[in-house]
Amino acid sequence: MSDPLLQVDDLHVHFPAGGRAVGGKRNPVRAVDGISFSIERGRTLGLVGESGCGKSTTGLSILRLVEPTSGTVTFDGTDLGNLGRKDLRRFRRRAAMIFQDPYASLDPRRTVGDAIGEALDIHDLHQGRQARATRVAELLERVGLHPDTGSRYPHEFSGGQRQRVGIARALAVEPDFLVCDEPIAALDVSIQAQVLNLLAELQDELQLTYLFIAHDLAAVQHVSDRIAVMYLGRIVEEGDRRDVITDPQHPYTRALLSAVPVPDPVAERQRSRVELVGDVPSPMNPPSGCRFRTRCPRVFEACGRIDPDLIPVGGGEGSVGGGHTAACLLHGEVGQPVERSEHPDANEIEAGLDGALPNR
Amino acid sequence: MSDPRVHQADAELEAPSTRHQSQWRATVSALLANRLAVFGLVMLTALVLTALFADLLIRQPINAQNLADRFAPPSSQYWFGTDDLGRDVFSRVVVGARVSLQVGVVSVGISLVAGTLIGLWAGYRGGWIDTVWMRAMDVLFAFPVILLAIALVAVLGPSLRNTMIAVGIVFTPIFARVVRGSVLSVREELHVRAVRSLGASDRRIILRHVLPNVAAPIIVQASLSLAFAILTEAALSYIGVGVQPPDPAWGYMLSDAQRFQRQGWWLSVFPGAAIFLSVMAFNLLGDGLRDALDPKQRSVIESRGVE
Ligand SMILES: Nc1ncnc2c1ncn2[C@@H]1O[C@H](COP(=O)(O)OP(=O)(O)O)[C@@H](O)[C@H]1O
Ligand code: SF4
Ligand SMILES: [Mg+2]
Repeated sequence: MSDPLLQVDDLHVHFPAGGRAVGGKRNPVRAVDGISFSIERGRTLGLVGESGCGKSTTGLSILRLVEPTSGTVTFDGTDLGNLGRKDLRRFRRRAAMIFQDPYASLDPRRTVGDAIGEALDIHDLHQGRQARATRVAELLERVGLHPDTGSRYPHEFSGGQRQRVGIARALAVEPDFLVCDEPIAALDVSIQAQVLNLLAELQDELQLTYLFIAHDLAAVQHVSDRIAVMYLGRIVEEGDRRDVITDPQHPYTRALLSAVPVPDPVAERQRSRVELVGDVPSPMNPPSGCRFRTRCPRVFEACGRIDPDLIPVGGGEGSVGGGHTAACLLHGEVGQPVERSEHPDANEIEAGLDGALPNR
Repeated sequence: MSDPRVHQADAELEAPSTRHQSQWRATVSALLANRLAVFGLVMLTALVLTALFADLLIRQPINAQNLADRFAPPSSQYWFGTDDLGRDVFSRVVVGARVSLQVGVVSVGISLVAGTLIGLWAGYRGGWIDTVWMRAMDVLFAFPVILLAIALVAVLGPSLRNTMIAVGIVFTPIFARVVRGSVLSVREELHVRAVRSLGASDRRIILRHVLPNVAAPIIVQASLSLAFAILTEAALSYIGVGVQPPDPAWGYMLSDAQRFQRQGWWLSVFPGAAIFLSVMAFNLLGDGLRDALDPKQRSVIESRGVE
């Protein structure tokens, strides 16, 4: 059972601060600041969090398109940190990426057939022009496009169609693992489901493993086996999809969940909402203690002092990797006085806000 | 949503019927719509044809002296008049076009190749390689063009070849900067990152993805630099450290003319006009190309000029 294809341990990615500092050194941007997770073969981990919390950086650093500052990424038993340039390129055949912006991720000067064909060229995956064209047509058809559209330019395609081209290009290298970085965020609502369905079909057919990135839980909850919730460079809650959705343990997860519309209008009106107030703090200067404390409706005194670790919570089995974990002081010793595990209702949130304002 | 027919309907495109108009064709038609650029292009064509067929156009061997006809004004025999040694100014201006173009093309060729390589390497690699190269370029860039060229020619010795080398070196930092700047932005573009994520080598990325995307600013820069290279050569020749006699160069024809200003206006007007027109032609074309390729692109050379 426990045979992860991808294992990430204590990954940090810090970017040097821009050069506009007036005297003295600026803090680095701590885009990813110590995260660990693993993904089993053939499964999907959904990575959710607001824009700017480090999701893309996480995906990019797994493929080493961005160099990690520290930490290890192990893919199929190999530590990627040790790969030389050649091996790294070989690894990139096994892991591919689908990008959020289907407009910018294709070169406007090249036909889509050329874009897909280049993926074949890079790894010598064809014998001759004819075979290349045949394979490109096959890939286009596989993602639901007309096989003869290879001679067209990206601007002739709609957003959804371009995203299909992006998927075809990623599939061309015959990967085992795909980082899907908000693949539907830029698409019309009407075609989001189609692209999600396509990704699900491909996963079944080709036994793909996905890291599926999204900024809201709506997209992630249907496609993921497990869900990790990210805030300001950290994972704050991780667990089986059902556990995280039905029994969220971190106040941030609850806030994200309450932003997901419920299809039933009656339930939609009745359910409690947790509005996130304020802005996300700068990753150059994260708050002391719990990073979520400046916006947390449940914040209390200890939150400014103690930086909570991910610990087993809720009804999950509690084993590492298979369980349900959250990083909040409401769980564990410090948080004993506060009752847990219920969905927060409006009063409770009010009380939380009145009781303890963030101590900056 | 799960109806497969709906799925297909959105996803499919008709098989292609019309061919896409390539970017180059769009650029050419934008260029041809610009009257000033077309004017520059026509003049340049004339200049190039003149240089190519100079031997057929000249009316006298350029160094043939007719001491009896010194300082003859323009006439049907001597279209542009004669100089202090009775040489035919028209023939000398015509052959001078060849010299000017040759210096322009070779020296801009040198700076284009060197500057592009440096800019590509520094911009793509970043880090200390970038810092070292660009600092070196900044130092070169800090000197006034003519002073630097004079210094280089002083070291190398005055000759046609060394003039080309000196002008080539002087203009290298401009190309290096333009290319590096473009590489820095192209490198971060998502489609380049996407190709890298597929396992493409640096070589492939630079040659197939970065270079085509920096081609436009390079072409614009080359056109503008040709104008300044011709001007620089003229200036060097004018002060006597550029092209050496007996090769006829517009620059030193001008300086010769200055000595005989009172004997004949035609001595200075024709070579001067030739310099002016060719510099203007390259400038107009360069501006037109820039607008056609990318209206936002602004050239470094504009802020510099020739001191
Ligand atoms: N190349 C970079 N240089 C500096 N800062 C960066 C860079 N890339 C991302 N960041 C910063 O890192 C943080 C995380 O970015 P990102 O991973 O793109 O977030 P997300 O994908 O969750 O929206 C942001 O604050 C962003 O501004
Ligand atoms: S530790 Fe405190 S501030 Fe952080 S999420 Fe828990 S209650 Fe909120
Ligand atoms: Mg992102």
